[in-house]
Amino acid sequence: MIKTERLTKRYDTLTAVDGVSFEARPGEVLGFLGPNGAGKTTTMRMIAGFIAPTEGRASICGHDVEREPLAARAQLGYLPEGAPSYGEMSVRGFLDFIADLRGLAGATRRNRLDQVTERLALGGVAAQTIDTLSKGFRRRVGIAQAILHDPPVLVLDEPTDGLDPNQKHEVRTLINEMAAQKTIVVSTHILEEVEAVCTRAIIIAHGRIVADDTPQGLAARSRYHNAVSLRLERPAQLAAARTALSALPQVASIEVDEPTLRLTALPRDGAPLLAEVNAIAARESLALRTLELEPGRLDEVFRGITT
Amino acid sequence: MSHIVTIAKRELAGYFATPVAYVFIVIFLLLASAFTFYLGGLYERGQADLAPFFTFHPWLYLFLIPAISMRLWAEERKSGSVELLLTQPVTLWQAVLGKFLAAWAFTALALALTFPIWITVNYLGSPDNGVILAAYIGSLLMAGGFLAIGSCMSALTRNQVVAFILAVVVCFAFLLAGFPLVLDAFRAWAPQVLIDAIASLSFLTHFESISKGVLDVRDLLYFALTMAFFLIATAIILDVRKAE
Repeated sequence: MIKTERLTKRYDTLTAVDGVSFEARPGEVLGFLGPNGAGKTTTMRMIAGFIAPTEGRASICGHDVEREPLAARAQLGYLPEGAPSYGEMSVRGFLDFIADLRGLAGATRRNRLDQVTERLALGGVAAQTIDTLSKGFRRRVGIAQAILHDPPVLVLDEPTDGLDPNQKHEVRTLINEMAAQKTIVVSTHILEEVEAVCTRAIIIAHGRIVADDTPQGLAARSRYHNAVSLRLERPAQLAAARTALSALPQVASIEVDEPTLRLTALPRDGAPLLAEVNAIAARESLALRTLELEPGRLDEVFRGITT
Repeated sequence: MSHIVTIAKRELAGYFATPVAYVFIVIFLLLASAFTFYLGGLYERGQADLAPFFTFHPWLYLFLIPAISMRLWAEERKSGSVELLLTQPVTLWQAVLGKFLAAWAFTALALALTFPIWITVNYLGSPDNGVILAAYIGSLLMAGGFLAIGSCMSALTRNQVVAFILAVVVCFAFLLAGFPLVLDAFRAWAPQVLIDAIASLSFLTHFESISKGVLDVRDLLYFALTMAFFLIATAIILDVRKAE
């Protein structure tokens, strides 16, 4: 597990991270979200023990990262921002080097190297120099390096940055597979990632935690939570549908997108609307193309609390 | 200990993965022989020793050693791999020492490849091989001193060119510490004790006595302390600036 207590990093004029406290437990995939420059990477670096906090402390599986750095690092797999590695080395040579530093030997070493190479599909490029690889492969080499020693705690700084949609899916599947036994912290500014892999999300802005909730809980803060969207078949029915929906007492407001014939009814205080909207559609005999209940929009919540 | 070896091995392999190693070795050997035969006049002197060969080592090292040391940390910081390395279960010490030892081993290899010149004098005459061995040891120690300075300068910056220039300047100051060029800057204001202290820091004076075959403990200690000092400085600088 990971624990931070009032973790703070101050530079001359700037407080990059300001009193960040949280705890992440095994089985949890914690999404660390925030706009660029919010302090995500600085926090990750302090947890990994790369930079020392000005105040506060961080520990990994009970080992303080400053007082017992080697014990803490042994429990941690860390993917630094930008997935740096040694460009002049081959993929195999690089992973061998990491295996040496991690003290892997014998059959365990062979198994882990094989598993990681296979899981991240690096077999085909094992002999290639890292510098010659595409961004996606380099990122995967970085992830391979982080999980090589099968650590109980993983900190991944933007693990899917620069990957194509298929590769993103692969990495997210990998994270989900590992999630059950490990404590995983993923920093990202991609909101779909939070919905895809995280069991919990912390949003930070200007170095402070501004929200700490499940993705569903965060989405529920959206004014779109429980909103109902419907798309009509015939333009002629647009005005009638709008009038009928506005008349509902539970509806706070209606948004209309004329080109797509889409109406969104936003609920008052998140009250459920679906049954009522359905009844109106039947009463007015609206020809519907789609009807959907919105869980809430994370991007809107994110904008609301980080700006 | 095993981590130091792992890091040193990786670093050393890195030299040979790029043209750096080959270019360096070829240039070093060419310049070393050119200096020995043309400027040093090895044949013309008619003496079976390697004095003309070793005399030029400090000057060769002045430019060639910073070329090796400049990448030690500047490159790691630029590419961000320093973050990867220093978040592995290794101490800062092991990393500093491992990388330094790799650079030193590489210089030792380049130096060892000058053996034909030793064969030459042994073929032409019968030199005192003890003196030659001592001079080789002295030369290697001096290279270590230069490398430690270079390592420290490389930790100061993300830019390899800046690291190179800083290392040349500091090495030059150490080389000539006993000479008016450096001492005059202190004479006007510094007390005599300090001037003597600075004068005693000269690489040239210490190297000269070793290269004459005198393995004095003080000279050996001098180079060991210089290396220790600059490697400690490297670690301190890295600790403060690694993330910048």
